[in-house]
Amino acid sequence: MAVGQSVLRKEAPNKLTGRARYNADLSIPGILHAAVATSPHAHARIRHIDKAAARESPGVAAVVTAADAQGLKCGEVLEDRPPLAEEETRYWGEPVALVVADGEAEALAGVSRLSVTYEPLPAVLTVHEALRPHAPLVHPDLSGYRQAQPPVAPRAGTNIADVAHIRKGHAEEALRDSAVVVTAHYHLPPVDHAAMETRSARVEILDDGRVIVHATTQAPFEVQKLLARYMKTQQGLIIVNAPLIGGAFGGKTTVQLEILAYLASRAVGGRPVEICNRREQDLAMSPVGPGLEADMTLGADRYGRLTGMKLTVYLDAGAYTDSSPRIARAICSECTGPYRLEHIETDVYTVYTHHVYATAWRGFGHMPLTFVVERTMDKLAAQLGVDPLEMRRAAAIKPQDTTPTRVRLTKSRLGDLDLCLRRAADLLHWDPTPRDEGKGTVRAQGLAALWKTSSSPPNAISGAIITLNQEGSLNLSTGTVEFGPGTKTTAAQILAERLQMPIEQIHVHSHINTKVDPEHWKTVASLSTFMVGRAVMEAAEDVIAQLKQVAAIVLKCAPGDLEVAHQKVYLRDDPEIFVPFRDIAHGYSYPNGDAIGGQIIGRGSYVVRHITTLDARTGEGHPGPGFTVGAQGVEVLYNRRTHHYRVLTAVSVLDAGRVVNPQVARGVVMGGINMGLSYGSREAVLFTRDGALENPDLRTYKVMRPGEQALQYRVDFVETPQLDSPYGARPLGEHGCLAMPAALANALSRAAGVACDTLPLTPEVLWQLAGMREA
Amino acid sequence: MMEIRNRQEILLHVNGDRRRATVRGSDTLLQVLRTELGLTGAKPGCENGDCGACTVLVDDWPVKACLMLAGDALDRRIETVEGLHNTGTQRAFLEHFAFQCGYCTSGFLMVAEGLRRNRSAAHDLEQIEWLRSNICRCTGYAEILAAVRDALRSEVLKGAGLTLAPAASVPS
Ligand code: FES
Ligand code: FES
Repeated sequence: MAVGQSVLRKEAPNKLTGRARYNADLSIPGILHAAVATSPHAHARIRHIDKAAARESPGVAAVVTAADAQGLKCGEVLEDRPPLAEEETRYWGEPVALVVADGEAEALAGVSRLSVTYEPLPAVLTVHEALRPHAPLVHPDLSGYRQAQPPVAPRAGTNIADVAHIRKGHAEEALRDSAVVVTAHYHLPPVDHAAMETRSARVEILDDGRVIVHATTQAPFEVQKLLARYMKTQQGLIIVNAPLIGGAFGGKTTVQLEILAYLASRAVGGRPVEICNRREQDLAMSPVGPGLEADMTLGADRYGRLTGMKLTVYLDAGAYTDSSPRIARAICSECTGPYRLEHIETDVYTVYTHHVYATAWRGFGHMPLTFVVERTMDKLAAQLGVDPLEMRRAAAIKPQDTTPTRVRLTKSRLGDLDLCLRRAADLLHWDPTPRDEGKGTVRAQGLAALWKTSSSPPNAISGAIITLNQEGSLNLSTGTVEFGPGTKTTAAQILAERLQMPIEQIHVHSHINTKVDPEHWKTVASLSTFMVGRAVMEAAEDVIAQLKQVAAIVLKCAPGDLEVAHQKVYLRDDPEIFVPFRDIAHGYSYPNGDAIGGQIIGRGSYVVRHITTLDARTGEGHPGPGFTVGAQGVEVLYNRRTHHYRVLTAVSVLDAGRVVNPQVARGVVMGGINMGLSYGSREAVLFTRDGALENPDLRTYKVMRPGEQALQYRVDFVETPQLDSPYGARPLGEHGCLAMPAALANALSRAAGVACDTLPLTPEVLWQLAGMREA
Repeated sequence: MMEIRNRQEILLHVNGDRRRATVRGSDTLLQVLRTELGLTGAKPGCENGDCGACTVLVDDWPVKACLMLAGDALDRRIETVEGLHNTGTQRAFLEHFAFQCGYCTSGFLMVAEGLRRNRSAAHDLEQIEWLRSNICRCTGYAEILAAVRDALRSEVLKGAGLTLAPAASVPS
């Protein structure tokens, strides 16, 4: 009825009339504004902060510094980050002080009058520098930090915040006995999320102790818990509101501005205070996606079968860990790519450096990981002289194989990679040989495969509440935040399908309030359809049971005789005998006025089962409920003289399990493809020699613009149901981007005859690579 | 009497209404629309002229409201997304699912509307040239380009007294 239909997003019409309201559109009159004074050094000691002139500036109500935070340390995994720099600053752009004033202009004027004396210190800007012996330490007190969400394994006296491992089989021997072994080094820079809406937060502390937060967050329930913990108050007193979000991509999972706005509000007696990132600040001060350095060795026997691998990744966390240790474990979990490998040795180091810290970025480390694995696969295929498609098909992981973390796979858990590969190759008209198009122009193709599970914590929960309106329509409340993929609409589709009723009669709200909406862990990891869907299904069963119970009395039958559809409860063997929802939604009234029942309120709650943390030594464990596999490819037209190129065709085939909303799914995948190609072709957060951000605006931090996208998209889905997901649907929100940079690099490597092992692949980089080849 | 200098009341012509606003000389049109007039459809994405999320029409031409001072908008006809009512451009965006988070949508709609009014016969390359002023981080752009092409095509047909059935789906 609703699942499998291209349903318009519930909030769509408002987005076309300017009536959809995002956080910054909902400001309140008289609110104070906080502007942030940020560090002009990558690493410096703060000698002195003179607040006097700023405090005297017209309209300024307060100046807040680390002293007002009373030693607070924040961090999702490891509490290593003071909300405002204490004695030292650790990145260019780090918040040092807040000026709270009547308006933004007054607050900024206040910031310009603040005088901070710094003593610049030597900085480490790359993982290489950070890992050198006697390198300056980003966190000399590393061992003293509280571990908020283990596992995390900091190494005191170094810049290594964490190490995660996979040990399976005997990689050393397997590689020694291999017929062919390839080794390569990869370098990927940090990137920004560049959501079109910058991050913002408003906080008001009421006299009754309640703290009202409005924020651009993908994780309102995380904000609630962290603020309660940091401020030593009850979770029930922290009320977090998340309205529509203007793009997130993982960048709005981190909790940063909420804490700053809280401190600012506390400094002015709890009055409402707003802090809204300007774009430059959003890039420089708020977290980015992690860059990495990686070395991979992969072996095969003389028949081309994969034998063993070694992978060492240095994840560039920047100045603070945030979610990097969790990203490291997500990389470990899927470190082989979607291939069967029994002998694995993987180490992922999370390394501190003196630049802006990293957080989740669409795919949680899987886009860089896929790049590393899929480039290496292509190199191995070249060494063996086999078709890279056929090599991938032969190596594809299958049901009954085990993952790097030793999860035994079933068809339901895994999906069908081979089918995705074949379909993608068909859509691309796969041809691994570059074709000369004359005038120095070459046409070439690249393919890459992907897989991903959620790497969510074992106790991630989700809930759903359904209430009935008197007329028989339904309200559905869930805890997911709405930032584009239409999670609310998907939940409504699942409910409409289960109750066999029109989706127009199901009402959702796109604004989350942690006080009234049931918790959904975080709107991340593309998990919403699965987790919320399960909760919705359970709530639907609850509603059905209650409806039948009342209807059984009204219709004088057993509840077991009844069915529910089309907003009616009817006798299975005679649908003409029924009672409509509207007669029982708020209780049933007999003609004489007597009433039974009450409002029908259904509830559902879900926790992913059997998820475990990974073993510290071997990595053994169960990181997520199921996988999404897929294959993607591109065809490029490349000019060997100018090194310019165009992506002619971009192909994506994901195993979606079941496509709930075809047009939305296509759109989300096309958006992912575009983001992946943008990342692959032009994006990088750049730092000067001193660690200042070199490209802090959208003029210099380049993202794809209209007309630069692939000339043609070919998007398709395979449907291998994940049996314990509603209607079999698998996650697909992040996946559209995951293999695109790898596919692009594989195509360009072939077109240019060079090894594209770094990103972004700008014409300049290709020119340099070609120059190196000639030299 | 004290002379009040730094804030001044001005009259703006917005979406067909005459609206009063109290502004500073340095206030941009975007700030005044959003905070003084409650028209939050135009969005700040960069306030630097790079993203186009703030685009409005000034005398029928797309202008980045973050780059125009409110004072420069006196005596000009300003239209924001709130002034569009069930236009062919909006319908085309809906039919083509030409947005996800929706944050960039008002800006793209206003550029598209500007195209429709000024250059409805623009060919694909010219359409792209206009739309390049804006950024969308969610979509693959193909959806937006298809919506704009459709909106313009039906405009051209309308000029010839013809109508077009709604597009069925996003072309692949
Ligand atoms: S806000 Fe005006 S162009 Fe970005
Ligand atoms: S729809 Fe999100 S930026 Fe365009």
